[in-house]
Amino acid sequence: MAKRSFLIPGVDKRLLIKDSIKTMPDVTRRRFIAGGASLGALTLLTGCDVVDSSSAEEMLKQVSKFNDAVQAFIFNPDALAPTFPESAITKPFPFNAYYDLDDAPDVDGKDWKLEVRGLVDNTKSWTLDELYKLPQVTQITRHICVEGWSAIGSWTGTPLRDFLKLIGADTRAKYVWFQCADKDGYNSPLDMRSALHPQTQMTFKYANEILPRAYGFPMKIRVPTKLGFKNPKYVVSMEVTNDYKGGYWEDQGYNSFSGS
Amino acid sequence: MASLTVSDEQVRATPAKVIQPAWVRIMHWINALAMILMILSGWQIYNASPLFGFSFPREYTLGGWLGGGLLWHFAAMWLLMINGLAYLITGFATGRFRKKLLPITASGVLHDVRAALTFKLGHDDLTVYNYVQRLLYAGIIVVGVLIVLSGLAIWKPVQLYYLVMLFGDYPTARYVHFFCMAAICAFLIVHVALALLVPKSLRAMIIGR
Repeated sequence: MAKRSFLIPGVDKRLLIKDSIKTMPDVTRRRFIAGGASLGALTLLTGCDVVDSSSAEEMLKQVSKFNDAVQAFIFNPDALAPTFPESAITKPFPFNAYYDLDDAPDVDGKDWKLEVRGLVDNTKSWTLDELYKLPQVTQITRHICVEGWSAIGSWTGTPLRDFLKLIGADTRAKYVWFQCADKDGYNSPLDMRSALHPQTQMTFKYANEILPRAYGFPMKIRVPTKLGFKNPKYVVSMEVTNDYKGGYWEDQGYNSFSGS
Repeated sequence: MASLTVSDEQVRATPAKVIQPAWVRIMHWINALAMILMILSGWQIYNASPLFGFSFPREYTLGGWLGGGLLWHFAAMWLLMINGLAYLITGFATGRFRKKLLPITASGVLHDVRAALTFKLGHDDLTVYNYVQRLLYAGIIVVGVLIVLSGLAIWKPVQLYYLVMLFGDYPTARYVHFFCMAAICAFLIVHVALALLVPKSLRAMIIGR
């Protein structure tokens, strides 16, 4: 009989069902959508007293950080991205940016210099000719966009870790921070472990041709173990730093690690 | 007073049978919430780069934009995965899957589909699933496993490369993820409609009997 005490005496069955219907997907869905509705879900989810949307956002950011910690714990940061045969290359490889190709940075290779700053022994700037003389490797990997689409391409350039060694970078520093020629000042931080990954590359060529404007002339940072937005194009400077300086998309809410 | 006595005796004679044990009910509703969060945030992510010639209406997406949708998706995934894993383990360990979902025979399914289409499929005993229910409930568990695996594959295609290989390649895993979502939505529509048609089944999923 103790079991029956779960049934509340005097409760109208029809009312009970009415109440229960309220918890059904259709209505729940509508409740999520209306205004700050996701908060209702969040309160259900956590039992926390979520009072405004900023605290909901804050909670989601905390979960995102938690995800980073879990990944750091269970994954091998040196795992290699799969490589593909030339026949697998996507043609044409898509141009992708938050602007049209006509508005893409048009860098003059003769004037351009790569500026090096921060925790490095040698802060000399590098001309394109000097960079082209460094040993280069080619790799065919899949570029995966945060939006979900992907394309396989062939990138040629100098492993970033070799260049960092050459300039005497303090590889105990936390980040290499890249800045780009975009008029809105695209930039992106790369964690040092990923910067030292064997496949992370200062890219000067696409499909064995000098990197065209569409793909980031004169230099792109190709990180096949990261989402596309962590692969900056039209790079003008790099800074080795312990400070998290944010990034164009990172500041808007994309997860900064975004490792794949 | 006489009628009261009678009803008490009736209750004692046929004690209400627990149709859905507490763990099933709790996990069912947690899963319902997690699935809805995953679907609505997933639609947001889909809209950033649609696989087909349509987008989901903005009002039916979660997160406001791609970045927000991704945060929701990668938060709610914990709820879905932990709850789903607990459900699978408990379902196998208690023998519930075996008792409730097996056997599934072609002739049984055909018979019950025919009965359902001619409105002759009864739900007198909610503790026993008919063959159509068995097939759908077992099928949706398989889809649930597939959607998690394909989701992990497209989330971490470098780290979980063997999972990507399981589906063929990255774009294929993405399509699998989409079609699993579509299957779950189709299931959801039928499942909710039938629960409303047989309200006692809904009651059983809330209070157990």
